[in-house]
Amino acid sequence: MISGNLPALQVVLPLFGAILCALARRGWLAWFIALVVSWIVPVIAVGMILQVLDSGPISYAMGGWTPPIGIEYRVDLLNAFVLLLISAVGAVMLPYANLSVQSEIDEDKQAWFYALYLLCLTGMLGIAITGDAFNAFVFLEVSSLSTYAMIALGKDRRALLAAYQYLIMGTIGATFYVIAIGILYSMTGTLNMVDMSNRLGDVATVRPLFAALAFLTVGISLKFALFPLHSWLPNAYAYAPTFATAFLAATATKAAVYLMLRFFFAVYGVAIVFGIHPVSEILIVLSILAMFAASIVAVFQDNIKRMLAYSSVAQIGYITLGFGLANAQGLTGAIVHLANHAVTKGALFLAVGGIVYRMGAARLEDFKGIGRQMPLTMAGFTIAGLSIIGVPGTAGFVSKWYLAIAALEQGWGWLVILLVLSSLISVIYIGRVVEMAYFREPEGKALEARDMPLSMMIPAWVMILGTIYFGVETSWTAGIAAQIANDLLAGVQ
Amino acid sequence: MMIDIVFPPGLILIVAGLLLPFVRDPYRTPLILVAPIIALLLVWLLPEGPVLTLQYLGYELVPLKVDALSRLFGTVFAIMAFAGGMFALKQARTLELASAFVYAGAALSVVFAGDLITVFIFWEVMAIASTLLIWSNGGGALAAGQRYAVIHLLGGVILMAGIAGEIATTNSIAFQAMEADTWPRWLILAGFLINAGAPPLAAWLPDAYPESSWSGMVFLSAFTTKTAVFVLLRGFPGAEILIYIGLYMVFYGIVYAILENDMRRILAYSIVNQVGFMVTGIGIGTEMALNGAAAHAFAHILYKALLLMSAGSVLYQTGKRKCTDLGGLFRTMPRTALCGIIGALSISAFPLTSGFISKSMISQGAADENMMIVWMLLAAASAGVFLHAGIKFPWFVFFQKDSGMRPSEPPRSMLLAMYILSIFCIGLGIFPGLLYALLPYPVDYVPYTGSHVVFQLQLLLFSGLAFFLLLNLLTRTLTITLDFDWFYRAFGRKLALEFDNFSIKAWSTLIASGYRAVEKFIATIYRHYGPNGILARTWPTGNMAFWTTALLAAYLLIYFL
Repeated sequence: MISGNLPALQVVLPLFGAILCALARRGWLAWFIALVVSWIVPVIAVGMILQVLDSGPISYAMGGWTPPIGIEYRVDLLNAFVLLLISAVGAVMLPYANLSVQSEIDEDKQAWFYALYLLCLTGMLGIAITGDAFNAFVFLEVSSLSTYAMIALGKDRRALLAAYQYLIMGTIGATFYVIAIGILYSMTGTLNMVDMSNRLGDVATVRPLFAALAFLTVGISLKFALFPLHSWLPNAYAYAPTFATAFLAATATKAAVYLMLRFFFAVYGVAIVFGIHPVSEILIVLSILAMFAASIVAVFQDNIKRMLAYSSVAQIGYITLGFGLANAQGLTGAIVHLANHAVTKGALFLAVGGIVYRMGAARLEDFKGIGRQMPLTMAGFTIAGLSIIGVPGTAGFVSKWYLAIAALEQGWGWLVILLVLSSLISVIYIGRVVEMAYFREPEGKALEARDMPLSMMIPAWVMILGTIYFGVETSWTAGIAAQIANDLLAGVQ
Repeated sequence: MMIDIVFPPGLILIVAGLLLPFVRDPYRTPLILVAPIIALLLVWLLPEGPVLTLQYLGYELVPLKVDALSRLFGTVFAIMAFAGGMFALKQARTLELASAFVYAGAALSVVFAGDLITVFIFWEVMAIASTLLIWSNGGGALAAGQRYAVIHLLGGVILMAGIAGEIATTNSIAFQAMEADTWPRWLILAGFLINAGAPPLAAWLPDAYPESSWSGMVFLSAFTTKTAVFVLLRGFPGAEILIYIGLYMVFYGIVYAILENDMRRILAYSIVNQVGFMVTGIGIGTEMALNGAAAHAFAHILYKALLLMSAGSVLYQTGKRKCTDLGGLFRTMPRTALCGIIGALSISAFPLTSGFISKSMISQGAADENMMIVWMLLAAASAGVFLHAGIKFPWFVFFQKDSGMRPSEPPRSMLLAMYILSIFCIGLGIFPGLLYALLPYPVDYVPYTGSHVVFQLQLLLFSGLAFFLLLNLLTRTLTITLDFDWFYRAFGRKLALEFDNFSIKAWSTLIASGYRAVEKFIATIYRHYGPNGILARTWPTGNMAFWTTALLAAYLLIYFL
């Protein structure tokens, strides 16, 4: 019974959790509810990925309406991978939330915050699980709306402007997405993604399909902040509550990237997306611009949360670079970077969160001498920083390795050089923080700073050790990613 | 014992090193002494062949591949970790010992690596751990350590590029004998040679090593360069270019060591010189020469560590490093002096010491191949070695003038470590068969023939004579005697100063214009990317929307066309 309904539970559970949180009104109680939900959700995801690995994709007819008429929840390896990634990140991070949220959000708003968090989780899991294009739009809006509100809860007043800008941009993106779905629906007569993919071949006039693709591409790119559509992201991440930043940085863009993967490689198919028009070239150029421009901007940032946000924009560039390469290795690199960047950036933001917790802010000067005062926190930051740089033995290296191999397969040695060069820029921005933390004398508030409390330290270090674990043991990440990439390129539904 | 235990010996030392910072006094000493012994046991319990494989990124890694050569180096590295650990028991800085053990463990892991990726990983661990080892001494070591790190990271990058290219061209990650015939292999060779202290980047070694602490340099001398010798032996036996590189290193080391005043810098230059012998042997590439290079590496690690321990003891007791400040210490430090002399005799290949039975195999290898010039150069260099390390070091430190200092012998643990290595140096010299049995190829060589002993004694005698003749000259110029030489000394100095001035001016102009260019470049970048630059400041919402529309229009246009 339960194992048959796992796909529904995956989404329904956090949704009801959100309602409970809203009713609870008390911060600690809401936190506890969110914690329980967050810990059950990945168990469901694991159950599903095991089922998928064992017996192929799961198809679940919502409400008993058979697809393609009814809404289908369809879990193949790619969905299961993204579901597990998002839910596991949530589960690891939530214990961290308690103290961090207490210190940053007014008491009467804390329960709302957890409700928003669970809604956001619902939305992202929904995007990743549904096989229905319009249903995906609904979940996209669920996650986006809750995200806007979460960001607006940040204690810096600029959070309001950031949330407002994100609201406008997110809505534009969602509108583009829904326009595209509208065109696709009118051309194919279906909203079910598998069905849509099958019927695309029969469509006589292809121009509207490409118009839809353009709207899809831009709409979704906006959601995952592909350069130059990234400008909402730095402020949103910088001024949101730290926990929200860490959670969103690790997951939010990933859900959108998933959607892009689904449409590019499963609905449309490689041949249509990359075979006719120079989409590959456009993606690669934008990716390289992202890798460099955003990294260079990160070098000059004084707010470390904002710096890491720019670094995220650059890292998104690596993921889309893998799309653009559109071969098995490149796609593997992109998918594995989804996971590796989630873990790495999550770890970095959690470590920075510890400094915000102790110092009240995360400007560069707040890091002075922190290496001595908060040794575990800063050691963690450094390790995760090495992963962002892509040092061998860390998760970041694995993704870049696949991307480099993919570039070499295309015979593009220059691209490998660009990959290395952009990594060198990240050496500068991570190094700046590390230098400040270890080679300066602590002063002022830093003199009393201690390592963050255990309930924050453990989640942070789970993520940090994850960056090393996934850099060494790659069968879970790279192994599955390679399988997904092959399936996607072969057009397996 | 017939059971095979498959556990990476290097890992034991790395784990021990990582544990050290958390272990307090009653357990610290046992940990330091027992971990290398376990590592040594593991080295000998490992069965031959590739005994451990791992899957990583679709490649089959072989972190443990055992043969005679790796066992030989594994043995001496484990012995060194033990002796070095014992010597350093009095070292109060935990960071130093911790990084030294990680460093030793990484070196041990390189020696057992069956594939290039594993080699690279532990290569980098070595670079990081040894940098920390240097840094742990503080003070002047910080800047020197930084230079050291830069060179080694550069070497690492070159090596990585080479390995990546090798994998791309051959699709194999196996670490085996290669011909230097493609550019990736040249890069790998270059990466290896940088760690060996080969020209043109040899200066990192005498620059950084002497800045480490009295105990740190003992570790440093043993691992980095000898791991490089190992990988050259495994990867590039018989690459002819190594003969010339090796000979250059031999003479580079001698010349600079003779000019040097700091006792530990003398020994650092002498490392380059000794590694030069080994590199030459690898370049000759016959079984005799390769055996010789391997044997010499084994012997060299032990006697060079012994020399550095005696120098380290002097530094520990007196805090002085310069030959001109030292002298006459044999009165109160006779045991340290004796051990130093044993090390000095070994490095000079005196009969009945380990150097005698190992170095001569390399010369023999050259002779067998009828490489007359190489042989003669090596013989001449042997005399030079005696000059700079064999006599100069013990003479200036322990004898010469009386410096007036009366330091006592170092603590017992340090003496014990020196005794152990002294026993090795003499033991191997008397029973060469012990070492020969470990060598990768069967040995058909008898070191103790009449002609060889006489030849070597003559060589040493005459170079000794030369030293004392030269010494007189030296003592005279050290006092202020206005002789004819004043003209060329003062004049030369003036000339040098002028030249110095000129080059400083030229250099600073160059640097300044370089800085200006860089500053301008950064300013340009800052204008656009800095906090107020177009790419970093908060855009008005309208601009964001504009870019979205623009991109959409672009896509639509492309699709329309």
